[in-house]
Amino acid sequence: MRVKKANAVQEPLFHLAKRSEIAVWKAWVIRLAVILLGFIVCGLAAFVLIEKLQDDPSKIVDFYKCFYKGAFSTSRKLWKFLKNMAILQCISLAVTPAFRMRFWNIGAEGQTLVSVLGCIAVAFYLGGTVPAGVLLVLMFVAAVLCGMIWALIPALFKARWNTNETLFTLMMNYVATFLVSYFLIVWVPSGSSTLGKLNYGKLPSFGHDYLVIILIALILTIGLYIYLKHSKHGYEISVVGESVRTAQYSGINVKKVIIRTMAVSGMLCGLSGFLIGAGLDQSVTTESVGGQGFTAIMVSWLAKFNPLVMLLTSGLISLLNSGAAQISQDLNVNGAFPDVITGIILFFIIGCEFFINYRIIFRKRSQSILNKEGVK
Amino acid sequence: MNVWLNFLIDSLAFGATFMYGSTGEILTEKAGHLNLGIPGIMCMGGAGGCLVLNLVGNSNLPGFLIVILGILGAFFMSVLMGLIYSFLTITLRANQNVTGLALTTFGVGLMKVIFSKLDSVVYLVGPKELYRWPFAGRTDALQCLGVMFFLAVIIALLASWVLFRTKVGLHLRAVGENPGTADAVGINVTRYKYVATMVGSGIAGLGGFYYIIDYMASMEAYLSLEAFGWLSIALVIFALWRPHMTIIGSTVFGFLFSCSSYITNISWINVTMAAKPLLKMLPYIVTILVLIVTSIRNKREDQPPQSLGLPYFREER
Repeated sequence: MRVKKANAVQEPLFHLAKRSEIAVWKAWVIRLAVILLGFIVCGLAAFVLIEKLQDDPSKIVDFYKCFYKGAFSTSRKLWKFLKNMAILQCISLAVTPAFRMRFWNIGAEGQTLVSVLGCIAVAFYLGGTVPAGVLLVLMFVAAVLCGMIWALIPALFKARWNTNETLFTLMMNYVATFLVSYFLIVWVPSGSSTLGKLNYGKLPSFGHDYLVIILIALILTIGLYIYLKHSKHGYEISVVGESVRTAQYSGINVKKVIIRTMAVSGMLCGLSGFLIGAGLDQSVTTESVGGQGFTAIMVSWLAKFNPLVMLLTSGLISLLNSGAAQISQDLNVNGAFPDVITGIILFFIIGCEFFINYRIIFRKRSQSILNKEGVK
Repeated sequence: MNVWLNFLIDSLAFGATFMYGSTGEILTEKAGHLNLGIPGIMCMGGAGGCLVLNLVGNSNLPGFLIVILGILGAFFMSVLMGLIYSFLTITLRANQNVTGLALTTFGVGLMKVIFSKLDSVVYLVGPKELYRWPFAGRTDALQCLGVMFFLAVIIALLASWVLFRTKVGLHLRAVGENPGTADAVGINVTRYKYVATMVGSGIAGLGGFYYIIDYMASMEAYLSLEAFGWLSIALVIFALWRPHMTIIGSTVFGFLFSCSSYITNISWINVTMAAKPLLKMLPYIVTILVLIVTSIRNKREDQPPQSLGLPYFREER
């Protein structure tokens, strides 16, 4: 510490302290305020990027209306919004168990894509030769197995040799992508590499086409919440996440937990892949997952790895996407605009966590706190 | 024989894209930050450079000035992107993976919006010849190696020299290995992290600009750029966190990535179309193998920086 004058200790302008706890409502007020701020910045960005707004600034109202319009204005849009949210929610749930034990699995994209591939491969080769029900079961098994294998490869190396899992799982994504393009060339003799919609292996639906998917996502959310919060496995995952040493001393087999948890993660990715393959597309492309595997990481993190809160965060991200897609359409801007909006809002949410976790104590204030303590 | 020489030069030229990207990422990772925003940063670097060229491309400025302005535009735009990342992860101690992925989403999206507004006649058709110096006008393979290729090699060598031969580099590596110890020695951890991350981002951004304006030199180039950002992160592992190794590594990657189109040209190797994606998979498989082998051998100097991915909070020591 630098001494300026005798007995006068120079204190920095501010210092940081971890908050021991913060009222839940306070944290949510901060988050909401920050999201609002993010939306204002999005408006500014839109003003810079969209010519129509520059010509007629009053259109900025339309800009914000689009977020409502894109997701809720018609029942078709609402169903589509709910479907997108359900798929995103499933993949986000899938990455969560691994994250809770601080295993940075950023390979959900590849794990899901391989599952879609596996499920479509079964439909492609066996479609028409076995009864529809059996086919669906086989597709499901194939998807779950593929997802599990893709997740287990990095997990085994992590458990045995402590191989860096972030980089390993990242690379596995691209292996998966090129595997899909390989099979597309093999399967489509015309050379166009686009596989038409298969006639087999459609997930049965009732009520609405998307209702089954949405219900599965909901059941999965509750199931995973119970698994993580109220089961022995969930407890072990938390302990390994807190500290590997503590886990070892308390007799938890860390290697086993890593491998088992990644298997669960991979299987959930497999289920998501099954929903995409059998429930929606009946086909596979390299873009079948379309980056949702990466978005899911952010969704899961924003929800603090809590499956129930994840419904909020996946809803928010889906809302941003459908709203911004509407903006692209109404205000005539490039189709990549939703990503810009999502990025800006994410920056704000990511940044705001700091102000929830830490307190900034300025010089004067801390002085007065010190004085108070001195009185004691 | 000539085919193979062309092939080698083409691999070198292609590889320069990853050479920039991974040299930048190595600097960042040596400061302890795994920046998954590199694809977004490279995209925005390309957008920044072309944005400047869009302004000056038609002007009467001397050619070398236009070249330099483009490079500076790319550099500063990506430094800005690096600043967003640095502020969130260093000052606000946000999770690095999440911040990086958000940055990639943002950068790739914004780049596409920006390019939809640029005029390719102005930013590309005129300036692209300028970037071919000193081999402009040649008809053989050498024309691929423009000024920005040599810049990539120089930057990679310079980065290695700074990292492993100077005091600044020693301090930087200390910060990445153990920021607590570095702080105790009196190294300004925050400043080192900021500078390394931002300069690293700037260098990576040049890769995106190089790919669009020089290597591909086409108006659709920006659509395929993101994938090479991820490949750059892979190359960091392949190069074992040594910038000079990226020169060899990027050539190998360029070779593996473009060999699919060459091999089908050579009659005595009978390759079907289906093998192409499998060949393109090779760089990633090779990277995974390198990752596995280094973790099994467990040699200290081949490992990722020890505090990679962890935020540093002084008050929590």
